[in-house]
Amino acid sequence: MKYVDEFRDGELAKNIAANIAREADPQRNYRLMEFCGGHTHAISRYGITDLLPANVRMIHGPGCPVCVLPIGRVDQAISLAREHGVILCTYADTMRVPASNNLTLMRAKAGGADIRMIYSTQDVLKIARDNPDREVVFFAIGFETTTPPTAVAVKQAATEGLENFSILCNHVLTPAAMHAILAVEGGVSLDGFVGPAHVSTVIGSKPYEPFADDYHKPVVIAGFEPLDVMQAILMLVRQINEGRAEVENEFTRAVTREGNLKAQALVNEVFGLRDAFEWRGLGSVPHSALKLRPEFAAFDAELKFAVDYVAVPDNKACECAAILRGEKRPQECKIFGTVCTPENPIGSCMVSSEGACAAHYSYGRFREDA
Amino acid sequence: MIKPNYTRPLDLKNGRVEMSHGAGGRSMAQLIIELFAAAFDNGYLAQGNDGALLPPVSGRLVMSCDSHVVSPLFFAGGDIGCLSVHGTINDVAMMGAQPLYLAASFILEEGFPLSDLKRIVESMARAAREAGVPIVTGDTKVVEQGKGDGVFITTTGVGVVREGITLSGHLAKSGDRILLSGAIGDHGMAVLSQRENLSFDAPIVSDTAALHGLVAAMLDCGAELHVLRDPTRGGLATTLNEIAKQSGVGMLLREAAIPVNPTVEAACEFLGLDPLYVANEGKLVAICAPQDAERLLAVMRAHALGKESAIIGEVIADAHGFVQMTTKLGGRRIVDWLAGEQLPRIC
Repeated sequence: MKYVDEFRDGELAKNIAANIAREADPQRNYRLMEFCGGHTHAISRYGITDLLPANVRMIHGPGCPVCVLPIGRVDQAISLAREHGVILCTYADTMRVPASNNLTLMRAKAGGADIRMIYSTQDVLKIARDNPDREVVFFAIGFETTTPPTAVAVKQAATEGLENFSILCNHVLTPAAMHAILAVEGGVSLDGFVGPAHVSTVIGSKPYEPFADDYHKPVVIAGFEPLDVMQAILMLVRQINEGRAEVENEFTRAVTREGNLKAQALVNEVFGLRDAFEWRGLGSVPHSALKLRPEFAAFDAELKFAVDYVAVPDNKACECAAILRGEKRPQECKIFGTVCTPENPIGSCMVSSEGACAAHYSYGRFREDA
Repeated sequence: MIKPNYTRPLDLKNGRVEMSHGAGGRSMAQLIIELFAAAFDNGYLAQGNDGALLPPVSGRLVMSCDSHVVSPLFFAGGDIGCLSVHGTINDVAMMGAQPLYLAASFILEEGFPLSDLKRIVESMARAAREAGVPIVTGDTKVVEQGKGDGVFITTTGVGVVREGITLSGHLAKSGDRILLSGAIGDHGMAVLSQRENLSFDAPIVSDTAALHGLVAAMLDCGAELHVLRDPTRGGLATTLNEIAKQSGVGMLLREAAIPVNPTVEAACEFLGLDPLYVANEGKLVAICAPQDAERLLAVMRAHALGKESAIIGEVIADAHGFVQMTTKLGGRRIVDWLAGEQLPRIC
């Protein structure tokens, strides 16, 4: 496939791998966090770990939208569908996220709730138009990448006067989460970040500059193709070797310093900052999520329906929280691969293919024997 | 003038399925005679009894059945009708059997257009005729509107295995080679690309086909075949995992050797799907002794339905039963069982 195969080329991968192996100082360890689930998935799916020297270790970050969604948020969505009788529209990834009472959206659907998987926010608008006598709620989740399409839908609904449409807003912000990881006392020790790909196309590279300037952590923004990731790792190794801490951009074909100004303006018009938002793994993080601005309050499902957020603790044995902070590896969780599997996930990291646990289980668990 | 034996023919143009078409009365008889029997047209069906009386066969019998609930009912390269014939013929053929007869059972939803039903039945008849496997008996039920989804078809097939042939999912041995008869993912992506809520157009055509001819050629060449299976639902990955589990072995695939059509690859990329998990309806996986792999490959490639056949990997000893793959990038990964469902209702 043109324009894709070029970024998955085995020969080029060998060259970059050889450079990393040559340049990585055997006297030290390189602990690099790939923030995004997209990178976690690429690393696992293409077997990039096999191409890295043992002292270059990738630590999976919290950038998987469904992984950081706390139980209470899924409970709210289920309650909307079951108790309030709305048509709940959701991206497919959230269908299997564990909620309270052994429920998931999938199980709630099987139990008769009207929950529909959609591919685009435009599908939600269509469902709302086609069902004028029903309330239609979009379970809006994700980082800065999925926020603009939600903003478009809200604006469109406002223009059309689509009164039966609303959103349960769970859009979260990447820099706030990176900040939270670095701010934890005695938390994970990191030497650098592979910076987000798609998120950065929207927000640009500028928001990462404080991590380089204030925390002295190098950041290399990388695309989601395997060669992008490998090149970013090489660039990080070089920065670390040279004692530099800068924001570098490997993904120049899509990311600029300023990002997509149009999308940013649209998001700013529709959304404002929440004072705080609970993340699975990171706890309550100030200014880390978005809510609809008062002008669009009519489309806020949390105001429209009585669905208060109730925080629910994770399963005690589940290590998702520590894994999302990069402090533990999936295989260090007692229930990994035994009680908790992709078929029967206990924690959210086992749900999405971008989750650290699901990625390791599905692609990498053969290494456990070695 | 009164015509005592006259019945007005079915309105196959504008008519619709009614509850009476499944009620056992005259209109059901009419539907059967004017539509099903006319299309499937064979002596066994013409017996008009509760079952078909078949001549004796010599050899071990294979029997298999398969329900079809695909949505949409019509897709590029086929429809639920030919799919229901191919699906069951293939299941019988994967046992190393020569398929002999089919039975077909229809669940129709009240209000379903008879013109669509006619298209489906004629497509089934054509598929059965081309395969040389007659539909010898059947059944029709009608459910109320809203209780079905147009048409569900269940087919059952019977076949006979000749002496000396034993194929089974538990016979894969360490060292065996894994062969695939062509590009993967065509059927699943053809169906998916025609879902109404997916606004993309891809020129992808389902690979639905009856594979018993290809299987016969493979059996005739005398290669030491251990396993045959068609990677339908769950795709190639699921099929290989099933075999690995049954045989208590592992597998090592080479990603670069697995054929995928560029349009399918692009559509999968676009939707975030992995072609390894996308359904096929006209492909088979063969596992054979290593010394016969090249010969078998040549036979498969010589057949119209196996032109793109490839040796995609080998069976290895592994107590965990992991299916692993060397990626194009040069790393290694597991090709795991499908968790959850990748695509709804594709066959």
